This record gives sequence, structure tokens and C-alpha cells, in this order.
Amino acid sequence: MSENKIKVLIAKPGLDGHDRGAKIIARGLRDAGFEVVYTGLHQTPEEIVATAIQEDVNVVGISSLAGAHMYLFPRIIELLTEKGADDIPVFGGGIIPEDDIPVLKKAGIKAIFTPGSPVSETVEWIRENVN
Amino acid sequence: MFTKEGVARVAERHQEWDKLLAKRLEKAPERLERFSTISDEEIKNIYTPEDIKDLDYDKDLGFPGQFPYTRGVQASMHRGRLWTMRQFAGMGGAEDTNARFHYLMDHGETGLSTAFDMPTLMGYDSDSPMSLGEVGKCGVAIDTIADMEILFEGIPMDKVTTSMTINPPAAILLAMYIATAEKKGVSRDKIGGTIQNDMLKEFIAQKTFMLPPEPSMRIITDTVEFCTKEVPRWNSISISGYHIREAGSTAVQELAFTLADGIGYVQACVERGLNVDDFAPRLSYFFNAHVDFFEEVAKYRAARRMWARIMRDRFGAKDPKSMLLRFHTQTAGCSLTAQQPYNNVVRTAYQALSSVLGGTQSLHTNSLDETLSLPTEHAVMIALRTQQIIGEEIGVTNTIDPLAGSYFVESLTDEMEKKAMDYIQKIDDMGGILKAIDVGFPQKEIADAAFNYQRQIDECEKTIVGVNKYRMDETIKVDLLTIDPVVEKRQCQRLAKVKAERDAAKVESCLNAIESAARGTDNLMPHLIEAVKSYVSVQEVCDCWRKVYGRHTDPGMF
Repeated sequence: MSENKIKVLIAKPGLDGHDRGAKIIARGLRDAGFEVVYTGLHQTPEEIVATAIQEDVNVVGISSLAGAHMYLFPRIIELLTEKGADDIPVFGGGIIPEDDIPVLKKAGIKAIFTPGSPVSETVEWIRENVN
Repeated sequence: MFTKEGVARVAERHQEWDKLLAKRLEKAPERLERFSTISDEEIKNIYTPEDIKDLDYDKDLGFPGQFPYTRGVQASMHRGRLWTMRQFAGMGGAEDTNARFHYLMDHGETGLSTAFDMPTLMGYDSDSPMSLGEVGKCGVAIDTIADMEILFEGIPMDKVTTSMTINPPAAILLAMYIATAEKKGVSRDKIGGTIQNDMLKEFIAQKTFMLPPEPSMRIITDTVEFCTKEVPRWNSISISGYHIREAGSTAVQELAFTLADGIGYVQACVERGLNVDDFAPRLSYFFNAHVDFFEEVAKYRAARRMWARIMRDRFGAKDPKSMLLRFHTQTAGCSLTAQQPYNNVVRTAYQALSSVLGGTQSLHTNSLDETLSLPTEHAVMIALRTQQIIGEEIGVTNTIDPLAGSYFVESLTDEMEKKAMDYIQKIDDMGGILKAIDVGFPQKEIADAAFNYQRQIDECEKTIVGVNKYRMDETIKVDLLTIDPVVEKRQCQRLAKVKAERDAAKVESCLNAIESAARGTDNLMPHLIEAVKSYVSVQEVCDCWRKVYGRHTDPGMF
């Protein structure tokens, strides 16, 4: 394993159980050579931020398909900032209506991948945006 | 169905045709190197009597309403009565969803189907910290019977059947439905409907789980036992393949794991001491209608034949009603695309058609905007009209099981049955479905299939119009339904008011009774009905269960 392998946390915030996308991304990123930690389901924003810090990850990916992204995504950014870990970039995915995307970006989510995005798009984005 | 000589003649003609085809392909090859279903099952260029030479009409097909029910569960099928048009609906608070129920029924819907929000589905009240940001978002928020009474206001509960998509707290919501009906003067033997109540597929695919598998099965068995005795028109479990498919399974896996779950429930109830013919007639099924038209038709036909044989041969059922696989269908949410969303109307129509030709008893058609949010009234109307057009305009309901006898469809039906039975055998060898779930077998099979499909899409081996082919630069926007944040506030206020006004001592004694039944062997249902009538909330009961049984958590495998 190389010293500077990018470490990614894939997380499922909230009560939503749709993990098909999160698991495909986790697998795809692992296959692309990243080190991947997956939280499993039903995580609170607090738990996700604690894991990100504890695992010392370089980037966090969060997925939501049950409509709670407008609360959960910004809340994770807020908590990372509170803990002084806002240098960890966060990207999101799932069922995110287009009008919500600029609002989430303004809240600090760096990129949003919606259904139909190939896994390679996320891989490239991480390579370009995460050191 | 064919004579030996007849099949031999067909084989000769087939050889001649192969030569003809080879010449043709020299000049112009086929479009693809390999033709396969969306589940990646390879499909041949042509099917003939050779492929179904062993099919025995009497043994394998029969007539509708006759064993093995391949051609349908009722004798008259859709010529007698069309399927129940049942649109899954729920958003915001009970008053918002009640308005949608009335809107749908005013436009010809024939049954209700309730979608709950995530907190209700997971056993949390609207005022829980776990519910922040989720109240009323993907369904209706129900905390106490006060909400339930609003939800069913003006709905004739003795006439309309209601399906409730609810799993860990299913017994509580059933108790609320019974109590609400009784308050309106409708006795429990007059109400009809369904609770999903299928925890096995939650562990496998949908992941709305709360308690560990064993106590989950115990509560389910309590509901089956109770309904058998007291709510005879209620479908106590809706054994669901829908979510297995949405999680990325193949059609064969959907069929196999769903029926394996069915076997698990029947086994648990038999072990409880119930007579199979007393409860099995009220088990129903719920399948996905995905985009591969013929594969889906074959899946429904195979499912009926398999279940009939399983119930007769494995469980010794005597009552034909125990052998009937009655099913609801929902078109495939995961097949809808956010890109060029109006194409979703077309996808949904074909999917719905496959379920009708496959003999469904009940159907939800997705709205074009459901890949983005809960449906608007306008979108849900097109979805409902799609069903009405299929049922009353295009002639496909004029005869029963019109695809029977198709060399392709019959061959595919046989293949799916064989492959699904192989999976069921494998699960039996592992010691049953609970053991298989415990080692992650179905979960892993589904994750592999989902990953394989995504790879095929990414590499354009399979086409999704508007996503990996025929893309457009401009974005087509549709109006979306949004849930007003005021819903959460209103819901918390109502819950606070209910809690302030109810009899606290009565609440405590109800919860004590539930806890002692949970620790012992008393059927929980009568205690739950008593509790919900005393305004005990969903979370209060679930907290009690979580205390007694512990929680189930996701191992986070990928």
C-alpha cells in the first residue's frame, strides 16, 4: 500500500436504507485504488463526523435518497467545521433535485453526483480535487 | 404438447434456417455480439417447439384458477374484475395525505396504499432527534392514533381496502388501523387490506430494520396468528420482491429470494402451531415490474407455479387458496431517470403492461417525477391514467394470459423456475433463509448483480436512453412537490398536545403490558390495540421493544 493512498469515507446519514448507490460507489472507489471505509446505514451526522476524524480520511462521500439531504448534508459540514475538520472535502449523491444543488454547494458540499453518473466521474473528481 | 415427430420436423426446419441465417449474417452481422435480458440472461435468436417439448399443459400450465395457477389465480382473471389500481401515496402530515387519498379515489383509484415517512418506518416519533429533517419527507408522519384518524377521515373503511407499507412497526400500525375502524363503528372482521410486515426482505435489501431477526419473526408470527383469528380479510404479510429488485438483484434472484422468504414465514407459522390452511390464504406477494418485458411476464408466471407446488408439496396445504400466489406490482422506481424525465411515462407504461399480462391483482404505476421527489398531483394522474388505458383501451384484458404458449415465454418461464429453485435449494442447504441472511448470502448476491449492472451501464453494454445514449445537453425541468418545513412543527405540536391530554397512568400500564408480552409468549396484538387506543405512540412501543430485544445494526459490507 502506498503511503499517500487517498482514504475515502462513504457514509449513509439518516434513517434512509437505500444503500445500493453507496455500496456501488464504495466498491468502485476501492477498485480504482482508493482506501475505502463504509459506515453502514442509519448514521447520525455526529457519528459520521466522528468516524471521518477518527479514520483520518481525505474525503467524505454522503448519500441520501429519502429527501432529508437539505438538513443532513449541511449539518455534516457544520459539525466538521465545529471540530476544525473542514479541510476534509465532502461530496454527496442520491436523489437530489436540481434546485437543491446550488443550495448544498453554498453550504459547503463540493460536488453532487446524481443517478446516471458513472462511477468513473466520482473517481476522476476525487483524483482532481483531493490531495 | 407436441408429438415427437412434430418436434423432429421442427428440428430439421431449424437446421435449414440456421444455414439461411448464416448466409444473411455473412452480409450483415447482428447488431450485438450477445443479446441478453436486463438480468444478463442470454437470449437465443429464436424459440421453437424444441424449447418447450417437455412442457405438459395439464401439469405445468392448467387453466386460470386451477393448479398450478401458471395462467392466473382466478378463473375469470381481468375479464371478471380488473386489478386494484392502488397508488402508493403519503407525504407531509396526515391531512396532506388524506387529501391525496381523496383526490386519487375521486379519479378512479380503487384501493389505497400508504407511504410512511422514515421516522415512522423506523419506529421514531416526529419529535425524536433521530427524525430531524425527515418528518413527512418521503411519506406521511404517524405518531399516534390521532394522526391515523385524520389520515382515514371520510374513507369508508368497510369498503375500501388499504395497503400499508410498514415493516418493523407493522403490528402497531395494524393495531391503529383496527382501532380507527372500530371507532368509526366498523368491526375488525369487516376491514380489508395489507401490512407489508416483511422483515426478511428488509434484512436482505431495503434495510429498514430495527430489531434483530428472531424477535422480528416473532412479532410477525403474532400478527399472522391474530389476523387468522380476528381480521380474516387482512393480508398479514406482503412478501416483497420489489425492494430486492430495487437493490439491484436480477429477476431470478428477486423470484428466488422472495419465495425463500415466503417459505421462511410459512415455516415460522407452522412451528408456532398454526395450521397451514388457516393462515396461508392471507399471505400475499409484491413484485417489481422492471424494464425487460418478457422476463417480467415469465417471472410472474413462474412465481405462481412455484408457490403452488411449494405449498402443496413442501407444506402439505390442502386448501387451494393456500396455494395461490396473489400479488401486487409496482413499476421499477430504479429504472426511472432524472434525465429527460418524460421518458419515464413510457417506461412505466411498458412495465405496467408486463405485470398485467403477467396476471397481477393490484398495481402501482410510478409517476414520471418519482426519481426526483414524491409525485405531484399532475404526475400521479398520468400514472393512474396509464393503468386505466391498459385496462380499458388497448384490448390486452380481453383474454386471459395471452402470452401463454409462446415458445419464448414458456421457455423463459421454465428457465426462471429452474434457476430460482436452485437458489432455494442452496438456501435450504444453508439451513434456511435466516441462516442465509446471517451469513450475508442474498445480500452479497444482490450487491454483485447491482455492481455488474452498473459496470454494463458505465461501459454502454446496456442502454439507458437519455443517460448513456441519446443524451441531451439541455435540462428538461419538471415541477416538483416539496414538503413544507411547517409539517415537522405542526406534527410535533400535535404530538405534544396528545401527550399532554392522554391518561398517563393508562399509557404506563399499556406499555408495561406490552413489555411483559414481549418478554413472554402472549400474542402482542391485543395489547397493542389497547395501547394505541390510549394514545401510546409508535416510538413508545418501539423503544419498549428495543429495550427488550436490542437493535439490529448494519454490518456495512460492500
